Amino acid sequence: MSSAAPAALFTADRGATLSPHSYPDVSYEEKLRLWDEVKADIRFPTYLYGCYECGICVAACPSARFYDFSPRKIAQAAGREDVELIFEQMNDDVWNCSQCFSCNRCPRENSPGGLITILREVAVNNGLASSKEALEGYSRIVYKIMTTGTQVSPDMLQADAFPDWGPGVVDVSDNLDLWRRALPPETLHTTSMSWHVGKETLTELYLIWHYSGVMDMIAEIDEGLHMIIIDVMEETLEDAGYDIEL
Amino acid sequence: MSFIPIDALRTKPLPRPEDAPTRDVHEILDELEAAGELIIHRVPEPYVEVMTKYGRTKKIPEQMTWHHKSCGQCGHIPGYSTAIFWLNRAFGFDYDDPTDQTSCTAWNYYASATSNAPAQAGVAMRNFAAAYETGYFPIIHCGTSYGHYKEVREELIHHDDLRAKVRDIMAKLGKPLVMPEEIVHYSEWVHAMRDRIAERQVLDFSDITATVHPACHYYKLVQEDAIYDPDLYGGERTATVSALVQALGATVGDYSTFFDCCGFGFRHILVERDFTRSFATQRKIEVMKEEANPDVVLTHDTGCVTTLDKSQFAAQAHDKNVGIPVMSDAQFAALAMGAHPYRVCQLHWHTTDYTPLLEKMGIDWKAAWAEFEEDIGRLERKEIEFLSWEDVGV
Repeated sequence: MSSAAPAALFTADRGATLSPHSYPDVSYEEKLRLWDEVKADIRFPTYLYGCYECGICVAACPSARFYDFSPRKIAQAAGREDVELIFEQMNDDVWNCSQCFSCNRCPRENSPGGLITILREVAVNNGLASSKEALEGYSRIVYKIMTTGTQVSPDMLQADAFPDWGPGVVDVSDNLDLWRRALPPETLHTTSMSWHVGKETLTELYLIWHYSGVMDMIAEIDEGLHMIIIDVMEETLEDAGYDIEL
Repeated sequence: MSFIPIDALRTKPLPRPEDAPTRDVHEILDELEAAGELIIHRVPEPYVEVMTKYGRTKKIPEQMTWHHKSCGQCGHIPGYSTAIFWLNRAFGFDYDDPTDQTSCTAWNYYASATSNAPAQAGVAMRNFAAAYETGYFPIIHCGTSYGHYKEVREELIHHDDLRAKVRDIMAKLGKPLVMPEEIVHYSEWVHAMRDRIAERQVLDFSDITATVHPACHYYKLVQEDAIYDPDLYGGERTATVSALVQALGATVGDYSTFFDCCGFGFRHILVERDFTRSFATQRKIEVMKEEANPDVVLTHDTGCVTTLDKSQFAAQAHDKNVGIPVMSDAQFAALAMGAHPYRVCQLHWHTTDYTPLLEKMGIDWKAAWAEFEEDIGRLERKEIEFLSWEDVGV
């Protein structure tokens, strides 16, 4: 790949590609449209300044140690506006990122992790098949956070879900109700959400999802999940006196 | 063995705020408030002043705190949250543990990207407005919530259009746009309180060695807002957690992969845990064990405790050099002050064997477990509905 590297990154070869043959079924115009969506994000200008090719981001990156993944390639492809390679990364690479932002140690003040946040968001927003695949096993978590306002719940601790966490998971699962009632903070006396979230609070959260366009993203990525969440939200909003078509 | 050239760094001058590469966020917030753009929720007195990375001062409120809880802490390692509340109660501090709080939703955002900037800012502002309405000041339990809220603050103060959009959403909820004067992580409160915690210490930790894992989202996101101390690691590493260990008379064990993340990965911990397990054990636990052989790993975030603790079980099948208990700084501090290992610190929710550590601390864990089992018996017999704060003596 190095033999095809352009002479001047971030300048003269804008648009040239290091990955000319990937995803030939998708038109260049479509890939360019997605890239323009990435660049239009308000955070983009503060995530990319240039690249010294020092490799600090790669050395700091946990995902680079266990996957064929490089935050430097992400920054460089973005800097060169290599539309073909960016589309390839949007499909094949971004879901490997750990989102720890260790790459923020970049001496040029790039944030490859931040770029990936945007790339992922655009991938989801446009319903890319690769993002659907990456999130296939994750939809129950999206349901949990969007409907309960908390990301995980005690009743998720089941032996079949976490077999690698040892027999302690079975103990928790077997004693869940009792062990939760043996917690002094009153807000923790629940097994279906992380803590007890008030109904009015949930109503406000649903309104935020609605007014910010998040529900449209969910529809794009998982129609079935979207319908289930809408059902829950509509009932709560109706009870609270809101007449909103979701 | 130290991986930091401490002697060379002793001659390094203190960081000066006027040399900071970024503008002080407090100045920008003041300007926005003066322009009527938002309300600043001021840090209540009394507060403790601490130093951040570039020598600026950050105010940490002692009490009147609104506890922004953490999904993973409350859901899967509830002794973490309980220990934070216990510390506040042991000091007799006034605080609020609200039900009018949602997750920051950042775990999901970093895992799945199924959200956007206005939604993330809307969630943050709703929670901050809810805190403002109570008069209590927000203190953030989760490292990711803390880091994400700092990012959201950056986005909101620098982008008028985003601010207008979120203000519009807040108006629909009947809430003002409120930004706290400081975004405070609970571990910063523990840091600020460390000497007072040490004054109330009832156990001798002088034989305890702890390795510290700093949470990525605490100090890698908006890095200028994390606490640093020139007397600790020559000011080259964040001081939170490590300074507590020193204050309690324990030894901070140094190791070469201090800056590495834990391997949580947000989506990986839930759906691709082979990566998480490999990274946590090979890059963190095994390195700590080889280089510092600690009695305990201390960290200050939800995902880090979960990842570093839970990943060790399966690694035993591969004969990995693992077996170090993991807990939060808050649980460690609470134990030092005499908190019950099960009623308060709820260590039975943790995976890696912690009993050798408790024995070294001088805690009779068998007796403590028997006491906890009595509590469970009372719950089973319906003599009590819940274990209360009165039951744990605070």
